[in-house]
Amino acid sequence: MCLAIPGKVTEIYSENGIKMGKIDYSGTINTACLEYLPEIKVGQYTLVHAGFALSILNDDEVKKSLDAWEELGEIINDIDNKS
Amino acid sequence: MKYLDEFRDPILAKKILAEIHKTVTKPWVIMEICGGQTHSIIRNGIDQVLPKEIELVHGPGCPVCVTPLEIIDKAIAIAGKPNVIFTSFGDMLRVPGSKKDLFMVKSEGGDVRTVYSPLEALTIAKNNPKKEVVFFAVGFETTAPGNAMAIHQAAKEGIANFSELVSHVLVPPAMEALLSSPENRVQGYLAAGHVCTIMGWEEYDPIAEKYQVPIVPTGFEPVDVLEGILLVVKQLEEGRYEVENQYLRSVKREGNQPAQELISKIYKITDRKWRGIGEIPQSGLSIREQYSAYDANLKFSVEDIQTNEPELCISGVILQGLKKPNECPAFGKECTPTTPLGATMVSSEGACAAYYKYQRMGK
Ligand code: SF4
Repeated sequence: MCLAIPGKVTEIYSENGIKMGKIDYSGTINTACLEYLPEIKVGQYTLVHAGFALSILNDDEVKKSLDAWEELGEIINDIDNKS
Repeated sequence: MKYLDEFRDPILAKKILAEIHKTVTKPWVIMEICGGQTHSIIRNGIDQVLPKEIELVHGPGCPVCVTPLEIIDKAIAIAGKPNVIFTSFGDMLRVPGSKKDLFMVKSEGGDVRTVYSPLEALTIAKNNPKKEVVFFAVGFETTAPGNAMAIHQAAKEGIANFSELVSHVLVPPAMEALLSSPENRVQGYLAAGHVCTIMGWEEYDPIAEKYQVPIVPTGFEPVDVLEGILLVVKQLEEGRYEVENQYLRSVKREGNQPAQELISKIYKITDRKWRGIGEIPQSGLSIREQYSAYDANLKFSVEDIQTNEPELCISGVILQGLKKPNECPAFGKECTPTTPLGATMVSSEGACAAYYKYQRMGK
């Protein structure tokens, strides 16, 4: 029920006074309500659940967490190679 | 796909798993709250590769599973009324009520329609002004913003033939109820990433403190789940109990504030019964008096409902993490996804359905 999928905002428009957007999920385009993300811009990625965009996905945080593992991974590999 | 593939990377998953194996020295019981996470764990075989010290127990985070039988029966009664178009997310249609499910209502001629978003239900109401359109507003905090928006918009546009049958549930009170039970085995939580995307995680600080359990808001991909487990295990091994956010790309401490504001404008917090578990104080949402015109509970009178739970089903115990689906005597015998006895076998996020689909048949 709480499934939410990431997609890229390709267009922002208004419908019946509600902020809406076109979202691109790797080629499949669908619409979502953007009312809860007043600051969202075209080109940003968002998580969509039941037709509503819930958050703007944060690229810096993704990079930080993946880089941390990248470094730690090298240490683990070193240990593996020595043993 | 960006933001998915990185978190499905098998090499990274192996690194994190190695780190978990290195960290753990004692047995620990960790509960993932959300049914989406249960499904990810079983589908990716995470339960089978973790160190034997770590036991994952599956939480009550499947709204389909915990919607009380009375409300399912009420939905079925309303959907069967002439002049009603009953709309719902698809996964509610097969949940067994006492005598039938919403699918059967449809096959008997009821106008039951699956919608993808509550705003779609509102459009149906606009296009059918002579009909009463009811939306089955079920879900956790993740789904509440959309359902709140549908009522807000109906009021703004003066759409009087729209209402919601609300059975919203809230996660933190359920987490607390499980921890305070004398039977509790949970020592650490993976909190539900999308619930926290909306609500943030401030609410968890006092729970972590009071019950001395680590709580880690966690995402849904294999890398997320493994990293969430690692963060919990590290805290347990070090004797810490804090809220630590794994799902950094989506969850902020304060959550999504515009969403929280509209939720509390439309709904108020109320006691709520959870199917199989019982009543949990202050664990649900219902429609505020100002919006009572959109409350299907008040709009439709339904004769006394006599509920009837199948005796064999132990889903309540499973939803509390006290037993595993394959310990249920009916699992895979009387109860299968095509002949479900309980909602945990119907819902794609239910623990019983996940165990059946991925063949965790037990001893
Ligand atoms: S296997 Fe079926 S009967 Fe047993 S607990 Fe799960 S849903 Fe209920």
